[in-house]
Amino acid sequence: MTSLGIQNISRNKYYNWIIKNLFSSWTNSLITIVALIFLYEIGSFFLNWAVFSADFRVNFNGEAIVDRTYCSKNIMPGEYGACWAIIYARWNQFMYGLYPIEEAWRVNFVYALLPLAIIGILFDKIPFRKYFIYFTFIFPFIAYFMLYGGPGLSVVGTNKWGGLLVTLFLGVTGIGLAFPLSIILALGRRSKMPIIKSLCVVFIEFIRGVPLITLLFTANVMLPLFLPDGVNPDNLLRALVAVTLFQSAYMAEAIRGGLQAIPKGQIEAAQSLGLNYWQTTRKIILPQALKIAIPPIVNTCIGLFKDTSLVLIIGLFDLLGIGRAALADMTWTKLYYEVYVFISLVFFLFCFGMSRYSLYLEKKLKTDNS
Amino acid sequence: MSTEQVIQLDKVNKWYDDFHVLKDIDLIVEKGQKIVICGPSGSGKSTMIRCINRLEAHQNGTIIVHGTELTNDLKNIDIIRKNVGMVFQQFNLFPHLSVIDNISLAPIWVKKMPKGEAEEVAMAYLEKVKIPEQAQKFPGQLSGGQQQRVAIARSLAMNPDIMLFDEPTSALDPEMIKEVLDVMIQLAEEGMTMLVVTHEMGFAKTVADQMIFMDEGRIVEQAKPEDFFNNPKSDRTKLFLSQILNH
Repeated sequence: MTSLGIQNISRNKYYNWIIKNLFSSWTNSLITIVALIFLYEIGSFFLNWAVFSADFRVNFNGEAIVDRTYCSKNIMPGEYGACWAIIYARWNQFMYGLYPIEEAWRVNFVYALLPLAIIGILFDKIPFRKYFIYFTFIFPFIAYFMLYGGPGLSVVGTNKWGGLLVTLFLGVTGIGLAFPLSIILALGRRSKMPIIKSLCVVFIEFIRGVPLITLLFTANVMLPLFLPDGVNPDNLLRALVAVTLFQSAYMAEAIRGGLQAIPKGQIEAAQSLGLNYWQTTRKIILPQALKIAIPPIVNTCIGLFKDTSLVLIIGLFDLLGIGRAALADMTWTKLYYEVYVFISLVFFLFCFGMSRYSLYLEKKLKTDNS
Repeated sequence: MSTEQVIQLDKVNKWYDDFHVLKDIDLIVEKGQKIVICGPSGSGKSTMIRCINRLEAHQNGTIIVHGTELTNDLKNIDIIRKNVGMVFQQFNLFPHLSVIDNISLAPIWVKKMPKGEAEEVAMAYLEKVKIPEQAQKFPGQLSGGQQQRVAIARSLAMNPDIMLFDEPTSALDPEMIKEVLDVMIQLAEEGMTMLVVTHEMGFAKTVADQMIFMDEGRIVEQAKPEDFFNNPKSDRTKLFLSQILNH
């Protein structure tokens, strides 16, 4: 056989696939053609808008865009391309909010460390994993010190935080804190001890029965009422409490679903070997239950990550809040599409990443032949 | 000949809500004895052996294993479970762990054995059940007979002096039953104290010291195998034996 022969076979393979799946009957062919035309129209329109006819930093006259009146589409009626200059102009706010720009390196430093902090949890076959896990536990303290400040660093109040920083802070910290809490809640809900069980049931059902917005308002307005005078946690912390409780209730239910799927025989086998409750839970029940619960857990994580944008209602500027603030600026107003497309893209990247990771995990944890 | 009583059941009763599963069960097992328990489904035979390692709690009567009485005291339950191994009808291997991890798990966590040593122990028992080559596989990749042999090895790795078998071959395809029974026969020859719930009468005739027939929560008949099979006293036993020996 020559390479030509192999080429022919592979070409035939694609050809056969296309015939079989796209053009198997005249109705199928029609649908394929209509769909292709549709995709082409939408795709070419979007690409034209977003890339080919778009302004980035300069307009079609080659002038730097300093406000929206410089955008090509404002100079020349009939031009319809995007004017991305608003993203460049507001980039720092999108990334750091009102964080003092001379201190922004501290945020960048934390952004850079974040992947190192989570890699040890996400992947188990990396070299030096033990040290990555240690780092995961040290990271929150480093991040707190770097972001908030302390000895040697000027204090930057959380009222200055904003944009991606707030979105990631609430998303990552909320999920990170909710995960252990949700395991405890899920186990508690199945406990044989009536008081623990009812506490967990009441907590989960209450939190699930209330919209996140209500929780955010409650945390914002009412939390200070419950705390002693003088203790006045800042807005971001209040939001974090609300987000964490909300997420832990949902995640607990996802995990409970996994726990229920474990056959009773697994527990009996573990008990008959002499393992105690915690050993059985940690070594036998949770690894299997969490594996089953991966899709719903990731589902709640993606949901929460997007829901963090609700904090704009209590006056915090997450990515979406910063975008809306940018649009409220007279020099840039009316560039809605550019701002919302950009924000969507950022959210999409994170959520899509989580979704792909969950698929990878499911595949990796599969241990049977089926 | 000196005999040591390792299990004593005295007037044991158990209910599931209103259903009286075990009625005044008396049973004494001596060290090294092999007892085969048979009876129709729902007769309480599985429940009885599951009470011996407290997978089920009895409501009254006493159960003493190695001089330790089974009560709600978790310490006693732990002591007994460390000395009593159990093999289940459905194998109940841990599907997320490899074969060797399944076996070494309890020695590592319960006996606090170093990992390397526990794995050597695990390999030794895998040799004993004749599937050392499967050590790195996962349970889902093994046949039923292989899984049950792993389950036996897993139990043996804790070095118990009593083994409970709850219908160990009932979930197996016929051609795999022998490989499991062979392992059990070998174990019996080595002097293990065994309580076996099974309908494999050929196995019973080969290894049993005592046969027990249960029906409706009671021990109806207890006898040496030759008397049990050739000269059963109760009509219920005769009927049962005629049904399972001639099917």
